[in-house]
Amino acid sequence: MTRWIKIIVALILLAFLIAAPSLLNSFYLRVMGEVLIFAMLAMSINILLGYTGLATLGQAAIFGVGTYVVGYMTTKLGQPMYVTVPAGILGTLIVAAIFGIFAVRTSGIYFLMITLAQGMIIWGLAFRWNSVTNAENGIRGIDRPEWLAEYSAYYYLILVVALVVFALIYRIINSPFGLTLKGVREGERRMRTLGYNITLHKFLGFMVAAFFAGLAGSLYAFHNNFVSPTTIEFARSAEALLMVILGGTGTMLGPFIGSFVITFGQNEFSLYTDRWPMIMGAIYVVTILTAPDGFVGAWRRFYNWMSASRSAEPPKQQIDHILVAGKEVESPENLQSPTEGSTTSSDLRRVDV
Amino acid sequence: MSSTFLILQILNGITFGALLFLVASGFTLIFGLMRVANLTHGVLYLLAGYVGLTVVRETDSFLLAVVAATIFAGVLGFVIERTLLRHVQGAVLSEVLLTIGIAFILADVALMQWGGDPQTLRVPALIGGPIRLPGIVYPRFRIVTLALGVIIGGGLWYVQNKTRIGSIIRAGVDDPEMVSALGINLPVVFTSVFVAGAMLAGFAGVIGGGFLSLYRGADSEILLFGLVVIIIGGMGSLKGAIIGSLMVGLLDSFGKALYPEISYFTIFGPMAIVLAIRPRGLFGRKEGQR
Repeated sequence: MTRWIKIIVALILLAFLIAAPSLLNSFYLRVMGEVLIFAMLAMSINILLGYTGLATLGQAAIFGVGTYVVGYMTTKLGQPMYVTVPAGILGTLIVAAIFGIFAVRTSGIYFLMITLAQGMIIWGLAFRWNSVTNAENGIRGIDRPEWLAEYSAYYYLILVVALVVFALIYRIINSPFGLTLKGVREGERRMRTLGYNITLHKFLGFMVAAFFAGLAGSLYAFHNNFVSPTTIEFARSAEALLMVILGGTGTMLGPFIGSFVITFGQNEFSLYTDRWPMIMGAIYVVTILTAPDGFVGAWRRFYNWMSASRSAEPPKQQIDHILVAGKEVESPENLQSPTEGSTTSSDLRRVDV
Repeated sequence: MSSTFLILQILNGITFGALLFLVASGFTLIFGLMRVANLTHGVLYLLAGYVGLTVVRETDSFLLAVVAATIFAGVLGFVIERTLLRHVQGAVLSEVLLTIGIAFILADVALMQWGGDPQTLRVPALIGGPIRLPGIVYPRFRIVTLALGVIIGGGLWYVQNKTRIGSIIRAGVDDPEMVSALGINLPVVFTSVFVAGAMLAGFAGVIGGGFLSLYRGADSEILLFGLVVIIIGGMGSLKGAIIGSLMVGLLDSFGKALYPEISYFTIFGPMAIVLAIRPRGLFGRKEGQR
């Protein structure tokens, strides 16, 4: 039953995404393209936050390395897209490797602080390194090749890449490697005792996430035709993290939902008010206080509650431990339910320092 | 490199380090006891700086500005801790994310109220203006900042190590359950420490307003420096904050003078080296050793 609902919803969504160029005007089609790009960024954060238990506040900067490399190579070196995009990803991976080596030795709040500082350092570099990045003026005129000049054509490229990324990430998190990452999230020490090289796995997780962020960032260069330090500032990283949490940490669909809500919200509100940061801050506060497991988590709770009241059975215990504020809670359900997603509703509360 | 250049950069570095210490000490105080990484720290600094700026403009009294801004930051800290943070206490990640949300709201309030252009807080002649040192002329306010940093640092060290409040705080870091069991009202201690940390941010904001200037984004910039200080020194350690701020201050001053285009990277290098050797910073505690 649930399976069928899922498939039907997915098909409707897919049909909408494919039909979007004929359904939406050019402004909203661009917004949809942006939703897909930021969904990829959010998915990359989700690999770290949702499946490895590492909260990063520097992912937009990692993403921005891709954007800057593509921007620089396109405008100043005149390279074609099939060169610049791989170069953008490669550049991202190099920077991520340098940062990752230091970041993955820590976890919890320390990881968060270090990625935050690293992201801001990339921002500082973009802001000051005038000869390469044009400082605050940014790099303008990152033009798409002829065959993608029409935005709808580029939209389809983004859509195809996003779907492939979705499938790849699904594959990765359900692979033995993905299960190891989840093991790290659930109990680092236990995994270490079992003989896993935790630091290496965290590093690989960091690199996989950086790969997808770099890909998204490279595509963003041609989407926006422009990159400036604002693209990679701290607020963007925090926004991308919010997308994951708002949608539902550790779920496949969550990042899409989060990206949709935040990107659309930002574009809509910006038409009427300059106060978007305030609205975003408020969404942050409300999400954390009322639904730290996001839309998907709230839906699951609602769904469980519905099915529980229908069958008059006692409600599933699955989410009880979220309600326990405070110490890390070891709930036996968590260890027994290997199904994807069902163990993740309380991630926010379970990150150990 | 002439010796004047060297002396000037060293002085710049040490005085900037003193300002960074004022910022970082509040952050590390809160983190040390409560394990809360308070990301509103930068915006408290900025808002309190703006409050100080307005008070100086209205009343022409720098002292009043310092007092008003410090109290303002303290009250704001009290409200944040009591009304919001309390709901997610102990949930480490939720706490940080909550402070990010609050920081965005407050930064936008600052932008709405004071605009984004750089404004410098006017410092009275007594502590402002130039001072003649052997060989060079130097801004007096920077020297005053250094003195304030030393006084605050000494005061914090004294409170932490020589008073009953200090021993409660130190005990609370090591074993909160036991401290509560001894009949100490730990939630009150938490709130007080949070307010004290916020007041330090506010105090630093007024000083920073005269030292650097206040503008859109100054909050995240000072937060970055504060974070690097704490990452290098070790979170929760007063000694670490002192060493870290001196290091970052000096590195930044020389970096800006020698390699202006990539100056942020000059603070990243040492941070990376420290992290490679000690992931928890120079004076940070190991996991499980809390």
